[in-house]
Amino acid sequence: MAAVRTSSEVAFNRAAIAAVLVATLIFLAPIYWIASTAFKPKELAVSVPPTVLFEPEVTPFVRLFTKRVQMQKPVDPQVYEAAPWWEKRIYDGGERVLKVGKDVQLSQYPDRFMNSLIVAVISTVLAVGMGTFTAYGFSRFKIAGEADLLFFILSTRMLPPVVVAIPMFLMYRMVGLNDSHIGLIILYVAFNLSFSVWLMKGFMDEIPKEYEEAALVDGYTRMQAFFKIVLPEAATGIAATAVFCFITAWNEYAFALIMTNRRAQTAPPFIPSQIGSGLPDWTTIAAGTFLFLLPVAIFTFLLRNHLLRGVTFGAIRK
Amino acid sequence: MASVALTNLDPASRAAARGWSDLTIRNLFIIPTLVFLIVFNIFPLIYSLGYSFTNFAANRTEPWQFVGLQNYRELLSDDHIWSNFVITAKYVIVSVAGQMVVGFGLALLLNRSFPMKGLITTLLLLPMMMSAAVVGLFWQLLYSPSWGPINYVFGLGDFAWLSNPDSALYAVAITDVWMWSPFVMLLSLAGLSAVPQHLYEAAAIDRAGWWYTFTRITLPLVSPILLIALIFRTMEAFKTFDIAYTMTTQPTAELIAIRLYKQAFQQWDTGKSCALAYIVLIMVLAITNLYVKYLNKVKER
Repeated sequence: MAAVRTSSEVAFNRAAIAAVLVATLIFLAPIYWIASTAFKPKELAVSVPPTVLFEPEVTPFVRLFTKRVQMQKPVDPQVYEAAPWWEKRIYDGGERVLKVGKDVQLSQYPDRFMNSLIVAVISTVLAVGMGTFTAYGFSRFKIAGEADLLFFILSTRMLPPVVVAIPMFLMYRMVGLNDSHIGLIILYVAFNLSFSVWLMKGFMDEIPKEYEEAALVDGYTRMQAFFKIVLPEAATGIAATAVFCFITAWNEYAFALIMTNRRAQTAPPFIPSQIGSGLPDWTTIAAGTFLFLLPVAIFTFLLRNHLLRGVTFGAIRK
Repeated sequence: MASVALTNLDPASRAAARGWSDLTIRNLFIIPTLVFLIVFNIFPLIYSLGYSFTNFAANRTEPWQFVGLQNYRELLSDDHIWSNFVITAKYVIVSVAGQMVVGFGLALLLNRSFPMKGLITTLLLLPMMMSAAVVGLFWQLLYSPSWGPINYVFGLGDFAWLSNPDSALYAVAITDVWMWSPFVMLLSLAGLSAVPQHLYEAAAIDRAGWWYTFTRITLPLVSPILLIALIFRTMEAFKTFDIAYTMTTQPTAELIAIRLYKQAFQQWDTGKSCALAYIVLIMVLAITNLYVKYLNKVKER
């Protein structure tokens, strides 16, 4: 603002910063609640009044990863003494860990988490790979009806997932792709491809044409120039696009709910399905949610300078 | 022939003399993507357009019959569907208006320099990056009438946000405002930082008041980007499925996407749901068209 500052301006400025801090606390409160519930003793998750400060424990994570049953009678003290620390925590809660022989039976959570990882990583690689080539094509070559084609590509992204899911479900059923990783990967590539083209086109447009033209004069073929000059220049853009595509696929719910139920089910439809009937164990749900949100939180910090571009499909840059 | 190529200074045609031509490369780079999108997005839509004229039910084996426009006629005269559209319209208006006010307000507050501004801005952006289905689920605990922190903090006793038919939709909208205000904030910040400082300086010299400066300088210059945020959020709110579906089962919060899901995958009324999908699709495409138009307008500046 103006160089000369009145005292009322200074006071206003201070008030605004205080308001920002309060708003930040309010916006982070639900996230804090998820993270803190993941480390709470079971009874404190549903206490009245709600518990804010407590001694954290990792038992919810032990419950998250194991199959358990209620015990009818107290555990034999010798067995309890011989058990590892994490198993003791389960005994403390009046449950025992299910085992086959000596092997602990894992819950479905690690499986679902792996499904999410497989589907998100593979679909990201494909969507960003294809998107990078296509973006280069749109950025560098004359294409008849370019604006219409780009609109067509973007409009595929805007289709409501449930609308696309109905015919895809029928088609997948015919070819046996329901509840398969490949089926979900194809849907996520189709969904992310348009985004990846638009975002990468923005990054490609920023690389000066002269770089490749100099390389072409120096005897490179167009393909060599693309791989040796353009791709390294576009590395940051490719990384940012990849992280965005990963987050979208990682978070996706509707397709996963409709197309998968067991074998290829990802975490987003699985986590709500744990609620079941009766009083839900919120600490275990929070533990699962916490692990699921953690990668996205980390990626958000890595992406912080590209977020604006990402959410506007590369149209608006800083 | 070679000597002719060497004397030609156009780099593209010189490269073409060695490797693939630019035309080949262009087609190689673009056509697979277009084919992929047509096969997995457009073809399924044509397929479902066909089914929208039939009484096909995916859970039965008996052959389907062509019923002409009957599905569309029934849908458009069905009070339930209309009420779903009304619910969706309420939801879009409340949640998008909330996001615009909160998001733009936050941006106005953030539009000054202070320590750790970058960190705070990033922290504020966290909600919109997270899975709506999973985070929405957890809001069930926050809203809980017996032990939810929200009722405790605001002294609301055992007010049942999500199982009260009158409040369920608005409870979902509040969560949506929490998730997506940061999006409006992010766009508004970009708009605000692009307002030339000298305009404010000139206004200060003229002793223009805060309100005058805000309505005559800030708003007109930020409005194009605000409009983009508005259209984009309207489109997304119209399509909302996951957050409302995991948060509540109240019929008063049954958005059109949820209705569509139930009709297709719970009642297995496939033919009719294809028709409903088309009605929704046409509305979404209309908003998308508007969005891209304004996006291109802002881009040109």
